[in-house]
Amino acid sequence: MKFELTTDQQDFAASLDSLLAAADTVAAARGWAAGDHAAGLKLWERLAEQGLTMLATEASPVEVCVAFEALGRHAVPGPWVEAAAYLPVALGAEVEGVATVAMPRALDADVADAVYAVVGDTLHTATAGKAHTSVDRSRHLFDVTPGDAVEHGDLAAAYDLAVLATAAQLLGAGERVLADAVTYVKQRKQFGREIGSYQAIKHKLADVRIALDFARPLVLGAALDPTPRAVSAAKVACADAAYLASRTGLQVHGAIGYTQEFDLSVWITKIRALVTAWGTPAAHRARILETLRSA
Amino acid sequence: MDLELSESELAFQAEARAWLAANVPAEPLPSLDTAEGFVLHQAWEAKLAAERWSVVSWPKEYHGREASLVEWIIFEEEYYRAGAPLRVSQNGIFLLAPIIFEHGTPEQQDRFLPSMATGERVWAQCWSEPEAGSDLASLKSSARRVSTSSTTGESGWVLNGQKIWCSRAALAQWGFGLFRSDPEAQKHAGLTYFLFPLDAEGVTVRPIAQLDGEEGFAEVFFDDVFVPDTDVLGAPGDGWRVAMSTAGNERGLSLRSPGRFTAAADRLLALYDERPDPRVADRVVDAWLKAEAYRLYTWGTVTKLKDGGDIGAAGSVNKVWWSELDVALHETALDLLGPDAELESRWLDGYTFSLSGPIYAGTNEIQRNIVAERILGLPREPKGVQK
Repeated sequence: MKFELTTDQQDFAASLDSLLAAADTVAAARGWAAGDHAAGLKLWERLAEQGLTMLATEASPVEVCVAFEALGRHAVPGPWVEAAAYLPVALGAEVEGVATVAMPRALDADVADAVYAVVGDTLHTATAGKAHTSVDRSRHLFDVTPGDAVEHGDLAAAYDLAVLATAAQLLGAGERVLADAVTYVKQRKQFGREIGSYQAIKHKLADVRIALDFARPLVLGAALDPTPRAVSAAKVACADAAYLASRTGLQVHGAIGYTQEFDLSVWITKIRALVTAWGTPAAHRARILETLRSA
Repeated sequence: MDLELSESELAFQAEARAWLAANVPAEPLPSLDTAEGFVLHQAWEAKLAAERWSVVSWPKEYHGREASLVEWIIFEEEYYRAGAPLRVSQNGIFLLAPIIFEHGTPEQQDRFLPSMATGERVWAQCWSEPEAGSDLASLKSSARRVSTSSTTGESGWVLNGQKIWCSRAALAQWGFGLFRSDPEAQKHAGLTYFLFPLDAEGVTVRPIAQLDGEEGFAEVFFDDVFVPDTDVLGAPGDGWRVAMSTAGNERGLSLRSPGRFTAAADRLLALYDERPDPRVADRVVDAWLKAEAYRLYTWGTVTKLKDGGDIGAAGSVNKVWWSELDVALHETALDLLGPDAELESRWLDGYTFSLSGPIYAGTNEIQRNIVAERILGLPREPKGVQK
């Protein structure tokens, strides 16, 4: 029994973190939102070189979670869950280039080399249609028209890995918002002292710390044994914790946090989008209850 | 990274499970805060001790099995899964014993640990005072040095003052608590940790009924109570440091093992099956999910401790989580019970007990301050007015 990342896994997390910290991912996300994909696609290539697109087929779900937590922490744009979690398992092979799948709409189909759709229990190629605007401006969502069926592997396992990857991404985003909020409340002064010295602010941020601390073991537990129940539990806990982080982060920043110009907006809107992506909390709670009652 | 138990851990689990299945009373015992229930719970402790299940992590010479931390968690999971009685000796075995092992003399260890393990001597925690609750270091009950007692001729201390909210004190045999032994010293200095019999001359115990009507705690008055030097735990004046190591135990791993909550979550699911109500379904799921998160989090803590790490302020993260989970879990059960919720039941007992969780062992407000200041690094609140 050793319920903690191995040294190799910790090193992998640290190296991804330093790569992304140096890459101006916020500029890439803002460019992506405005329709300029150049920086985001360059980042995509670099991360693919680091092996991110092969983790789902060549490594374990633990490595997938490590990677997606980093993607969330740095708000990296693009259809990562689709191309690096769902499709490699669904297709049974690493995805070359950028690919996406409609669930129910296809994320970033306009930059994808391949677009897929799930029809019943089968996987199909698809063509993108009408575009929709997401609360997260860096997520461009498209209706699709399914085409020919393609050979596929275990779609249920693919879905569960995508749910887990989304949970890890939420965890990373929540951690980032908490870290930025803590930095801010230590600097910002009102009534002659740092607002972080007020108990009302402290208790809100402590609650975020506690929620994230208890979401993480559900992610790691699900990574070790990705049953439908375990991945749904991870998604519910991470969505709740990250959403609490985003609401609290916004509140302690005050009006500056409400502006698009301030970088916090990148995470606040992403968290809101990911809470309902790959299954709403209500749907995952229903799935958990079903598995518990049939146990 | 893995969650797999070793062969020997699995064997330990199987042995514990089998013994508990054969020995746990079929009917719940009466409350341990009643005179009748107290004695029955003591008898249960004796039964546990006879087969070395009362203090599995202790040395063999004190009725233990020298179980590892992992085995201890396994035992706790099995214990609660089996629906075994609450531990009447928990103040002693979880709060006082770690201190006796760490700070007690060999003589004190031999004198106090065996009767604690068998449940023969039950201990009351006498910490709070009317003016010192969360601000424990402001306590005023005093200890005065006497070179020779007028009655016994021994050297020791004379205790005076009042303690309150002393859990188990209405029925327990001995108590432990902090007294101010040096009135000149700074707030945290000059405190000494004492052990004392609750039937000693000068001790008056006045039971206090709790929300549920039972006398689970008491106030204790000290009127020139003599305590010999041999019943001082740790060095005189060092009581704060000694006591804080118990506070860490209480908030962290030792008092609230995850088995209690995973077992209660399982019972909540069974209740849901009996009385399904879609309006409460999400909260049933959340109770299960939070108990599961706590179980997994605990394995993370165990890994850290095994690697020589320290829980530190994470004990406060833990305490807020389990105490609020416990309340939510029982509230959810009461909502499923509907109009029957107000009737006496195991769920109602559990609910009433859960309400004390966010208050004792340092209120959750204090815990959140610790999380904010020591983990997040936020500035301390400016000092209030000192009286």
